[in-house]
Amino acid sequence: MKPTDTSRREFIAGALMAGAALAGCSEENNPFESSAGEMVKPSGEKVKLLSVNGEVIEVDKAFLKPVPHMPPVSNDEARIGIKGKKFVMVIDLSRCKSLKKCQEACDHVHHVHPGQNWIKVYPMQDAEHTAPYWEPTTCMHCDEPPCVKVCPVDATFKRQDGIVLIDSDRCIGCRFCMAACPYSTRVFNWSEPELPKEIADQPYSCETSVPQKKGTVGKCDFCADMTRQGELPHCVSACPNGVFFFGDMIEDSVTNGSETFRFSELVRDKAGYRLMEDLGTKPSVYYLPPVNRNFPFKKDDEKEEGEKS
Amino acid sequence: MENLAKNEIIKDLLPRKFNATGKLWIGVLLSLCVVGLIAYTRQLSKGLVVTSMRDYVSWGIYISNFVFFVAISLVGSLITAILRLTDVHWSTPLTRIAEIIAVSAITFAAIIIVVDMGRPDRFYNLFFHGRLQSPIIWDVIVITTYFFISILLLYFPLLPDCMLLLKNEKKLGKRPNKLYKFLGSFWRNTPAQIKINECAINILVITIIPVAFSIHTVTSWLFATTYRPGWDSTNFGAYFVSGAFLVGAGGVLMAMYAFRKSYKLEKYITELHFDKMGKIVVMLALVYLYFNINEFLVPAFKMKKPDQEHLMGLFAGDFAPLFWFAIITSMFLPVLILVFKKGRKPLPAFIAGCLVVIGSWIKRYVIVTPTLLHPFLPMRDVPPSYRHYFPSWEEWAIAMGSLAGMMLIITVFARLFPIIPIQETITEIEQHENA
Repeated sequence: MKPTDTSRREFIAGALMAGAALAGCSEENNPFESSAGEMVKPSGEKVKLLSVNGEVIEVDKAFLKPVPHMPPVSNDEARIGIKGKKFVMVIDLSRCKSLKKCQEACDHVHHVHPGQNWIKVYPMQDAEHTAPYWEPTTCMHCDEPPCVKVCPVDATFKRQDGIVLIDSDRCIGCRFCMAACPYSTRVFNWSEPELPKEIADQPYSCETSVPQKKGTVGKCDFCADMTRQGELPHCVSACPNGVFFFGDMIEDSVTNGSETFRFSELVRDKAGYRLMEDLGTKPSVYYLPPVNRNFPFKKDDEKEEGEKS
Repeated sequence: MENLAKNEIIKDLLPRKFNATGKLWIGVLLSLCVVGLIAYTRQLSKGLVVTSMRDYVSWGIYISNFVFFVAISLVGSLITAILRLTDVHWSTPLTRIAEIIAVSAITFAAIIIVVDMGRPDRFYNLFFHGRLQSPIIWDVIVITTYFFISILLLYFPLLPDCMLLLKNEKKLGKRPNKLYKFLGSFWRNTPAQIKINECAINILVITIIPVAFSIHTVTSWLFATTYRPGWDSTNFGAYFVSGAFLVGAGGVLMAMYAFRKSYKLEKYITELHFDKMGKIVVMLALVYLYFNINEFLVPAFKMKKPDQEHLMGLFAGDFAPLFWFAIITSMFLPVLILVFKKGRKPLPAFIAGCLVVIGSWIKRYVIVTPTLLHPFLPMRDVPPSYRHYFPSWEEWAIAMGSLAGMMLIITVFARLFPIIPIQETITEIEQHENA
């Protein structure tokens, strides 16, 4: 059977109406058909599996097929983003004690150059008589991103799901974005990144931001690869104090892994705010003020010269 | 000047072979360029890590040097265009000096910006993926335009002189002769040709003025379009353009003196020229001072919190010596020298020109770097070396090499072509006599 497009459509329509859906699918459209066509001989070896409804079932080993990895996303797809999503982060300042587990996890996953950080934890004190607190910062993934505005080659871009990413295969290293970002969130690969060979040889992906390349800019990517898989960014899951909440503004929910809130309610009830609102950058990262804190503020070990809080 | 015979003028102004000092000068410039090239190959292989720039100070002396080059190149439009359009005739002997400064400076502005790029190998992305909303693309467009207009403004007035050069083959040697043939063998000095050339020059001098303003205004916008304290200023365009005219005029004073001495041009670049250029520099320094007062007094009056740290750093902090040195040498001292008649004699005027240029170079550095050391959020979670900036030897070598390269272009040009337009000088004397 070599159906033309029209005949196939008619055929499928007819098949659906007849209630015999699967039988009518043409070969390339049916992912089950090719394996169904192959005659797999049972090996006799059984494996115990947990089914989706919680029952333990036995399956012959020969019928098991490895699940392929998520296919790498093309550069075009990575630039568009995930449809119908608007990612948002809420950082609860009352829970942070500058453990920097977020930073560690982020540095590790993205192979950030030693000494540089995509996440920074600032000791802040807004005025002389106000309370000090810890303020972790990621990329703010602004809705009016100054970095994207100034990029001459569209190497840093804003996706429809709100994430701002960098195409390190296109970046020319002019560093205008670094000058433009008021949050000092961007870092530069001043030298050849020290990466294990198998990482360095990978093709660059905007969503994983790996491998970083010499002479280009890097920054927090909201772990776009994780969000595509429906998982939390690494900083969120690494934080033992649940400081970071991540989620989707359209679903109106954010979670830190163990607690889930309605985003709108959380930000309303706890008087959430964004950094440097007056600049008009419209960040996607919200902060909950450091009230009723879980930990007292203790100046950390990091003895940095010229440290000003 | 009036009594000079035509032949004498030609004899005086034809390009000459380098003497011993000239050869030494070329040698020094060449070796500076070579050191710069060595430093750049190191940078190419190791990356920008050889510089002292880091995540906070992400722009250093490469960028301030770039701003300096763009600034000094504006003088081409000042001398050739603005003075020409206002019917000023005394500046004729200076036009070619100004124009070659413009061409060589804008060339090195383009080179130094490529040097600053982390990925110069991807330069072509500016054309394949260029986005018109980025001020960098605006800069690429206007600088390219300015380069070509300046080249033409150098070339068209050179055509009549090419003919004179071709007539003097014996004196000038064979190889330069090939160049003159290539450039100007079609020139017959017919009235039609003269007319069309004049017409073309007139169109160019008018178009170059908005383009010249654009190159430096857009360059200032590379800073002013960001939020940073010290850069976030609506005054920046005018501030940069006025400073650019000042440093360019200072550069012309230097070049006038150097060429007058080395080519014995006392009859052509006279004390009158130093007097007039000196007065122009005084005016430009005062205009620049006015914009400086606007730039610093107004935010200092308010002392908004983000501005405060930056301004105090300039007025009384780490950058105070450089800041005040730049203000004093680029504005106060030159005015103090040139405002007096004796100060407008060649040697003091030359010294004033040097002060302007040195002060202006440092001024560009003070505009670029201190701002980057005062980000909105305090510097944090970086190695100690990221918290301050002093250029590495590679950066110095490349910056100095580029300055040497610019002077090398000017010197070589003066070796090959008459640095004072011969034909125009003759025409002007003839017109003067007829009148």
